[in-house]
Amino acid sequence: MFLRNAYRKSHASTKRFFASVAVDYDFSETPNLDEIHLKSPKKKTKINLCTAIRDAMDTAMETDDSSIHFGEDVKFGGVFRCSVGLLEKYGNDRVFNTPLCEQGIAGFAIGTACSGATTIAEMQFADYIFPAFDQIVNEAAKYRYRSGDEFNCGSLTIRTPCSAVGHGAHYHSQSPEAYFAHTPGLVLVMPRSPIQAKGLLLSSIRSKDPVIFFEPKALYRIAEEEVPDEDYEIPLGQAEVLTEGSDVTLVGYGIQMRKLILAAEMAKKDGISCEVIDLRTILPWDADTVEQSVKKTGRLIVSHEAPITNGFASEVSSKIQERCFLHLEAPIKRVCGYDTPFPLVYEPIYLPDQYKVYEAIKQTVNF
Amino acid sequence: MLITSSLTRRNISRVKPQSFSFFSSSIEVELPKFKVHRLEESELPTKATTTKSELLNYYKDMALMRRVEIVSDMLYKNKWIRGFCHLYDGQESITVGMEAALTMEDHIINAYRDHTTAMGRGHTSYQIIAEMMQRSTGSSKGKGGSMHYYSSKNNFYGGNGIVGAQVPVGTGVAFGIKYEGKKQVCVSMYGDGAANQGQIYEAANMAGLWKLPIIYTCENNKYAMGTSVERHAHNTDFYKRGDLIPGIRCEANNVFAVRELYKWGKKYCTDGKGPLFFELQTYRYHGHSMSDPGITYRTREEVTEYRKTQDPILLVKKWILEHDIATEKYLKEIDKEIRARIDEEVEQIKNDPMPAPEELMTEIYEGQETEKPYIRNVDMISSINKNFE
Ligand SMILES: Cc1ncc(C[n+]2csc(CCOP(=O)(O)OP(=O)(O)O)c2C)c(N)n1
Ligand SMILES: [Mg+2]
Repeated sequence: MFLRNAYRKSHASTKRFFASVAVDYDFSETPNLDEIHLKSPKKKTKINLCTAIRDAMDTAMETDDSSIHFGEDVKFGGVFRCSVGLLEKYGNDRVFNTPLCEQGIAGFAIGTACSGATTIAEMQFADYIFPAFDQIVNEAAKYRYRSGDEFNCGSLTIRTPCSAVGHGAHYHSQSPEAYFAHTPGLVLVMPRSPIQAKGLLLSSIRSKDPVIFFEPKALYRIAEEEVPDEDYEIPLGQAEVLTEGSDVTLVGYGIQMRKLILAAEMAKKDGISCEVIDLRTILPWDADTVEQSVKKTGRLIVSHEAPITNGFASEVSSKIQERCFLHLEAPIKRVCGYDTPFPLVYEPIYLPDQYKVYEAIKQTVNF
Repeated sequence: MLITSSLTRRNISRVKPQSFSFFSSSIEVELPKFKVHRLEESELPTKATTTKSELLNYYKDMALMRRVEIVSDMLYKNKWIRGFCHLYDGQESITVGMEAALTMEDHIINAYRDHTTAMGRGHTSYQIIAEMMQRSTGSSKGKGGSMHYYSSKNNFYGGNGIVGAQVPVGTGVAFGIKYEGKKQVCVSMYGDGAANQGQIYEAANMAGLWKLPIIYTCENNKYAMGTSVERHAHNTDFYKRGDLIPGIRCEANNVFAVRELYKWGKKYCTDGKGPLFFELQTYRYHGHSMSDPGITYRTREEVTEYRKTQDPILLVKKWILEHDIATEKYLKEIDKEIRARIDEEVEQIKNDPMPAPEELMTEIYEGQETEKPYIRNVDMISSINKNFE
């Protein structure tokens, strides 16, 4: 009985937390002008992540006649409305619906990409990418290698909404990046914000390697920023240091960055200085930036929503341990989802929230 | 054996039949024509017989099923139900007709639009709604939510969220039936949109090769999310898509057409003749799921027109009135009774507990129930098995 009451309580506090994240806490950033080279930095519009994605696709399609976009129901904007208006602007030939067949969509996309079209395919939810797993892992990722670069599908980008959304349960919440991170030849990207989303998606679409672009769907509406109107790219394969600090390095990507920032602020009140790093590109990942940071702080915490065992945090942890062994003051910690299927009713317990990260910071610093 | 009538007895027992003679004459109903593929039309039934009590039971069952969906819709809008929720109203004649032809020894596997299918397989309205409201009194202890209904007792394999995935699974189940020499059939259900998934044809090939007792059942409700069949399927004759496997198209708003078709199909399969492809033409009233208003890709008029002219419950009602089985007033009373009953249930469910947090970690592997893992809760105080303090 105690547990049930406790659980009800926790449920209530979770609601408060989400409310505070959505409404009170302002995560908006200004573009990092050292990295994002803008011609007219003053021209910008406040948009959410969904619109930023749309904006990026629009820009890509406008600047590249060979680009096409397809997927289940994308013609009407897709279930999240990320492609609204593209049909009207670019017509049926370039924006079209596919039947419901993920393996077919992925294979078809590889074909259009390797025959010259800049291809943006959508998988309706990351949870439905698995029927396409073979095409992505065996065909797309290895095309360049196995053909001695006779063919490649570098102009392929697969967009897919991922991660928790508050009530998505088993089949609308998963973060499957680690499955693909085991596949050389793929590029995996996950943005944390609208500015990032636009620049990273444009780079992904124009990159010469096949990219899976994971979009944290919980951010589609709640994340709003002043996003530059113009065409800009953010380089792939480069992590970004969001806050500099001296005591412990926090590494993550996607929506998890918000939890890391919140935890870092809690720790700051205790006098702990956190360096917060967003990987942005999960594969190939920027180990150098993390290494540099950890050599300075001596401590590392890696965090993501996906289950802990064999999650991408495992890779970060082990490579940094190899590179920074003599600099480490404490064991590297991973703050991740539990090793369970993504739950319905227990979502708030499952998620590695800022309190769990904060607890890990304290443990690491006091080791 | 009619699970449906026991379902009715359980749920709306207070409505007593009035002064009708229930068991008198049987009633004959003419069936709409089936369309066939690699079969002779003459092989198929053209008439069904029913009784007054049976018709009334069908009415009660379907009215109950529909009410569950309407109430779920309201509960969703009031945020009592979370998650992704797909409603079945408009398609009830399929469950009722199919269950009238099958027994609980037969096997069913379905996709995610399955509240009604689960009721046909013995789940109560209480369990169905409680599951959606994430209560431990729900069908899957509140751990699954909408979509996730199963019954090992009544051979119902779910409840599958991944479009098309259930179809090969059903084929394996059919192999089990054949392997054990049982006189049973497996019904593997999928939508018109799902019909474009390759694995359905991989499975059908196996079933054809090994003559498995399986009925591939495509519920063609005209849309896959926002895409109409003409826009997503090259061959919209879903009953022909088994290629060498015989197929039949059925106007499935007619509960008797469905029933007679499955009686016929079960005999065909248990006679060892191999698999079948059925296409059940139907219509969903609600949008695809709760986030879809359901009128951006089809007109309001289209929905209204179907409701007015082809509604499966109205059809049963028409027969009831035509044969003087009950008055309109009496049927209204049944509706009222169902309404009150479900409202009562919902109020009770609201006070039912959520599943205990420990269950986050159970039922992943065999035997995990005995372990006591540490689970860090949102607020530290309420964490489970905490090894600190
Ligand atoms: C593999 C996979 N892809 C996509 C989805 C998302 N999705 C769920 S239902 C659906 C449409 C299915 O339509 P249909 O098969 O006609 O069934 P209906 O919803 O009409 O009952 C889609 C695209 C999914 N659940 N699984
Ligand atoms: Mg359909």
